Amino acid sequence: MVCPVCLGLPGALPVPNKKAVEWTIKIGKALNCKINPSSKFDRKHYFYPDLPKGYQISQYDEPVAVNGYLEVNGKKHGITRVHLEEDTGKLTHEGKDSLVDFNRSGVPLVEIVTEPDFQSSEEVKAFLEELHAIVKYLDVSDANLEEGSMRLEPNISVRAEGEKKLPDYKVEVKNINSFRYVKKAVDFEIKRQSGLLSKGTKPVQETRGYDENKGITVSQRTKEEAQDYRYFPEPDIPPMNFTQTYIQAVAVPELPSQKVEKYQKEYGVRENEAFLLTREQETAVFFEKVLLMINDKNKSQKLANVIVNKKIKIGGTAEEFIKKFEETSKEKETDTQALESAIVTTLNAHKQEVDSYKAGKENVIMFFVGQVMKEMKGNADPQTVKTELEKKLKKK
Amino acid sequence: MKILGNSYLELLELMKTKQISTKELHEYFLKRVKKFNKDLNAFITPPEDVVTEGDMPVAVKDNFNTTGLRTSASSKVLDDYISPYDATVVKNLKTSGSYVFGKTNMDAWAHGSSTETSDYGPTKNPWDTSRAPGGSSGGSAASVAAYLAPAAIGSETAGSIRQPAAWCGTVGLKPTYGRVSRYGVVAMGSSFDCPGPITLTVEDSAYILSKIAGKDEYDATTSTKSVPDYIRALKSPKKYKIGIPQSYFDTADKEVVEKINEAVKVLEKLGHSVKKIKLIDPKYAISVYTILQRAEVSSNLSRYDGIRYGNDRSNFGEEAKRRIMLGTYTLSHGYYDAYYKKAQRARALVIDDFEKAFKEVDLILAPTAPNTALKLGEFEKYPFFGELMDILNEPAAVAGIPAITVPVGKSKENLPFGMQVMGKQFDEESILDLSHQFERETEFFGITKELLKKYPD
Repeated sequence: MVCPVCLGLPGALPVPNKKAVEWTIKIGKALNCKINPSSKFDRKHYFYPDLPKGYQISQYDEPVAVNGYLEVNGKKHGITRVHLEEDTGKLTHEGKDSLVDFNRSGVPLVEIVTEPDFQSSEEVKAFLEELHAIVKYLDVSDANLEEGSMRLEPNISVRAEGEKKLPDYKVEVKNINSFRYVKKAVDFEIKRQSGLLSKGTKPVQETRGYDENKGITVSQRTKEEAQDYRYFPEPDIPPMNFTQTYIQAVAVPELPSQKVEKYQKEYGVRENEAFLLTREQETAVFFEKVLLMINDKNKSQKLANVIVNKKIKIGGTAEEFIKKFEETSKEKETDTQALESAIVTTLNAHKQEVDSYKAGKENVIMFFVGQVMKEMKGNADPQTVKTELEKKLKKK
Repeated sequence: MKILGNSYLELLELMKTKQISTKELHEYFLKRVKKFNKDLNAFITPPEDVVTEGDMPVAVKDNFNTTGLRTSASSKVLDDYISPYDATVVKNLKTSGSYVFGKTNMDAWAHGSSTETSDYGPTKNPWDTSRAPGGSSGGSAASVAAYLAPAAIGSETAGSIRQPAAWCGTVGLKPTYGRVSRYGVVAMGSSFDCPGPITLTVEDSAYILSKIAGKDEYDATTSTKSVPDYIRALKSPKKYKIGIPQSYFDTADKEVVEKINEAVKVLEKLGHSVKKIKLIDPKYAISVYTILQRAEVSSNLSRYDGIRYGNDRSNFGEEAKRRIMLGTYTLSHGYYDAYYKKAQRARALVIDDFEKAFKEVDLILAPTAPNTALKLGEFEKYPFFGELMDILNEPAAVAGIPAITVPVGKSKENLPFGMQVMGKQFDEESILDLSHQFERETEFFGITKELLKKYPD
């Protein structure tokens, strides 16, 4: 049976979930927010069949966290607020019937609101992917998009080039369950709204739903006027006060972006691999563990390559992994002799090209790399081949 | 054995000493309900014929959720609603040996001060059935006064326990906000609602409070303060400095003022000191209370949207509709600051006012209601009837402090009066102690026994 509180039965009262409050602070801290020392819940009134009390317990003017930012690809995106609210029921429509599933109603839900500082769908996607990785690192949600434990609701409006002011309308898109679809939905909206604007029509302020099969957005609810939610302080939940000691004690782990920087600066891993290694905390932790055990920073890039390219699966123990890793390293070492003879063979076979290289046509090197790789049947690292070739050619 | 007029604790003693059984007691009260309820309409869901659990019967107001027994809050919207869970108060009663002895009538959704807004007909005042018992806990007060139950549970938002208790000549206790859990009580004004007992004696009140009070993990607004032994507090009576706020007396009828002054003399004779104090005129509390309560009502009733509970919104009565509209208006964009926010600030002033007063005195004494029970039908003449009848109860409700009403005699028209004692937050012990001393001295002028002559076995 769904509990009386989730169903909002007569007489049922909400009690805030301490862990959820703590986790909201955690998210706020990870997003460089100011944590409000006092915060409260408010009732937000609206009618919808999935809202059993006729109001949602949310936060209006004293959210848990405010004024943060998240830096993605060198751009700081403003975080307006991070607040805690309760989830609603879930509506599903089957033929003529609409069904309400109240199992998730009353469950804590964190809403993260950004500033309107995104300029392209690529930025939106990259930001959301980074946010998704962070939420998973914080271990506050499985952030499963398919199951709706993380929901993405971009707001899009279009303005003329050079215009500084924000447009006086916005369109919110819901029902998006993947980052790819967010990008598609944003692109679709930019195109749709630009089309309207070029004809001199201002797009309607509304909520639209994304239809992933057709790749379009469809109008759901028009917000002709700003809806009056009649917010007032939730009398059933006393206001919360957080001491600095309490806020400080909420621990935030090393975040993916910090790891990317560390991998590059301290371990000498290239940016691309550092980024890929840190998308899942599990992978990053495994990488760090193995690197610590090998205790050889010269092997960090190679280790990163092996993990990122899944040359060795990371399912087993670190010891098993290291054994396999050392084996592949050895094989490559014996290859140097084969490489030596392959280079000699290649250079002897293409005397003309050697001459033009020496005459200054240095890009011929790529031709040699290709030839040597062919000779090696692909069993060589092109970068090493190139270095060795250059050494040989300089000597000659 | 003569049961008539015995207090809850006296009956409990008879049961403990095996002089009476639960079955006998149940049948005794059941017989009285069958005999008198058709005239009084105190119960809208009468007690069940057979007791299945517990020892001692307690009548419960119909806004408390009770498994197996309908909980309608006297509104047709919840006409056939049976809760899947017990209110914490009900659960606490059951675990301490009591059982729910029927559900009592009330103003629908607790909106009113006469029990006339009930969708199940008004309850009649046992002293004069052409009059209202007060409300909203009118059914609970009437059932105790006419001895259809040895004790009852009521709930108060502002006056809903004290005013009907006074009009029916019983003892009514409104505890500190947060002392007793609201979980499972159909919400009216969430920042005011307080469950409490309506009884024949102060001792019964203390006993039942000790059973229902305490921290509840299902109500975030309940206090973690430990529950004192209220009965023990009565056994070591203290002397108090009592404050008399003139503004409360200015509002009351002459006859009421005279009776309270006589009661004050009794207390002085008992060795308590009395001091005139200044409190904010209660008329300001009406505005504060009305605005905040209507706002909360409009929000709390939005869950009855016609999708669940089977009965649509046309079942809402006039009073509920008026309250929903007014509350919705004051919370609307552009009006919030002028009404709700301003009222919240004024509420803080009322709280401060009491705090200041309690630096000078231990307790504050005043009439419970400005007048005695009114004729049925009177309420329709006033759009804010409840607020006017409860004017002297609203300040304590706004401040969340505890208050108790006890009978101080009756008028020339043979209708009882109440005197209320207000105390500091969580100081239920002192208000119980003082009113208990008054009870021992006066035996409430024998008014309980006098009324029961009209309702013989």
